[in-house]
Amino acid sequence: MKFKGVAWKFGDNITTDHITPGRYYHLRSRMEELAKHIMEDADKDFPKKFEKGDFIVAGKNFGMGSSREHAPLAIKIAGISAVLAKSFARIFFRNAINVGLPVVIANTDLINDGDEIELDLSKGKIKNLTNDVVIEIKPLPETMIKILNEGGLVNFVNKYKNLEI
Amino acid sequence: MVESSGKGKTIAEKIFSKACGKDVKANEYVFANIDLAMIHDITAPLAIKAFKEIAGNGKVWDSSKIVMAFDHQCPADSIAAAENQKMLRKFAEEQGILNYDVKEGIAHQIMVERHVMPGMLIVGADSHTCMYGALAAFATGIGSTDMGAVLALGKLWFKVPETIKFVVNGKLGKHVYSKDVILKLIGIVGADGANYKACEFEGKVIENMSMDQRFTITNMAIEMGGKAGIIGTDDVTKDYLKSRVDDFEEIRSDEDATFAKIVELDVTNMEPQVAKPHRVDNVVGVSEVEGVKADQVFIGSCTNGRYEDLKIAAEILKGEKVAKNTRLIVIPASRTQYLKALKNGLIDIFVEAGAIVEFPSCGPCMGGSFGLIASNETSVSTSNRNFIGRQGSPEGKIYLVSPATAAATAIYGEITDPRKV
Repeated sequence: MKFKGVAWKFGDNITTDHITPGRYYHLRSRMEELAKHIMEDADKDFPKKFEKGDFIVAGKNFGMGSSREHAPLAIKIAGISAVLAKSFARIFFRNAINVGLPVVIANTDLINDGDEIELDLSKGKIKNLTNDVVIEIKPLPETMIKILNEGGLVNFVNKYKNLEI
Repeated sequence: MVESSGKGKTIAEKIFSKACGKDVKANEYVFANIDLAMIHDITAPLAIKAFKEIAGNGKVWDSSKIVMAFDHQCPADSIAAAENQKMLRKFAEEQGILNYDVKEGIAHQIMVERHVMPGMLIVGADSHTCMYGALAAFATGIGSTDMGAVLALGKLWFKVPETIKFVVNGKLGKHVYSKDVILKLIGIVGADGANYKACEFEGKVIENMSMDQRFTITNMAIEMGGKAGIIGTDDVTKDYLKSRVDDFEEIRSDEDATFAKIVELDVTNMEPQVAKPHRVDNVVGVSEVEGVKADQVFIGSCTNGRYEDLKIAAEILKGEKVAKNTRLIVIPASRTQYLKALKNGLIDIFVEAGAIVEFPSCGPCMGGSFGLIASNETSVSTSNRNFIGRQGSPEGKIYLVSPATAAATAIYGEITDPRKV
């Protein structure tokens, strides 16, 4: 899988409340509507600024807080290619894989706000097209790669039935 | 890694070994059988969608092991919430799932009062599921798709976590409580200090804590990234469970178990603690924030809405009045806690002081239901998160405190050290 787009840079400890604020949870059964508000509490203009295919790039512990799967799902539905961060909060990371949103652990200090980047998941590399730097990706655990390859947990379970690999 | 002979097991390793039927240690990937699963009004719809994508119109794996409760938008605060609850009610009825509906309070509190047993592997579609570990269960929050798979299969894949041991010794001073201890610990290790790890709590201070106080500790393990908060069984566990069972499996970590890290804290002379906006690990002593004006004070939530919490607050509020420019919202965590507070006169004290007492639910803590704050308003709250927008306006501010500090703050309308009241 290969993606190309603009990097939108955020800091450390972006919470699930930044990603999908509680005040929009009446929209939770209309995910396309909820997705129009992603990251609003981290940058209120973000939903208007990015284009489909762009990346969210952050520091450490991205997605801390709630177990709400609406957070990674809204990012995916909004059209973000992938989230790149130095580290992720556990539940968010797992949820992202389960819904098929690529989440990538890498040294994001090498990416600046507005850089154009290319992510090659199969090669495990990020190419920063703006400054020509290549960044290695931390490989995923084998179980997660299998789930991502099937396009998420539902397909994985449907293929392997009783979760026996 | 801390040195050890490596033969012994942590509580987490013991529970996962039992749940997957073979001896496993930290960092192994396992498929484990689930003993109990909890779903609530916010996360259940997506979980049911995932379940149907796997099982079609089939049955859940074991309806007797699934618990449903509505607590986030409760009673329904909008037509959308009402429609959502109607759909969930229908699913529970078709599947024969125990549904507490809007009638019993916060799902986590119902779980510990009625369902959780030591040694169980429990998943909940909510991050504060880690609270149940005070009863020596391994309980962790999962997302809706994971929950969909659990509803269909009764099992899930896990990485057996390493465990950080928190040893809390010394003596708590007057009006210093378990909330102050856990805030202090979160401040020490940081918001991701226990990411992917189980957090086990022990030491004299934990041993001397009641179960109500212990739940506050394990509830907030997630605020340092913890996968679970755990306290081994002892006499307090026995006493708490005696109305439900005569006997249960004792479970504690072996002396020669391997821990990722040991964090020690002596709480002697520690003052009440406060987490400042907008991070739970932004923790200071109350003396640093005394005088900050409070527009709203919230006493409640799965963190601090139990009888003991309410009693501590009521003792401070007795005969006093809530400050003129401050609103005090009190919400017992469950109907059981509410009734106990009612029978013992606590609700009278709150209402006479000018508080608004609401029915058991998450209340303002969800940030999308009722009891919200406006822009530039400050909430002083006994709940577990002070993230931007968590209790309403993203331009509001939230300070996290113990029930004692919250009660003292309500009287003076500004953050107040409860030891001075």
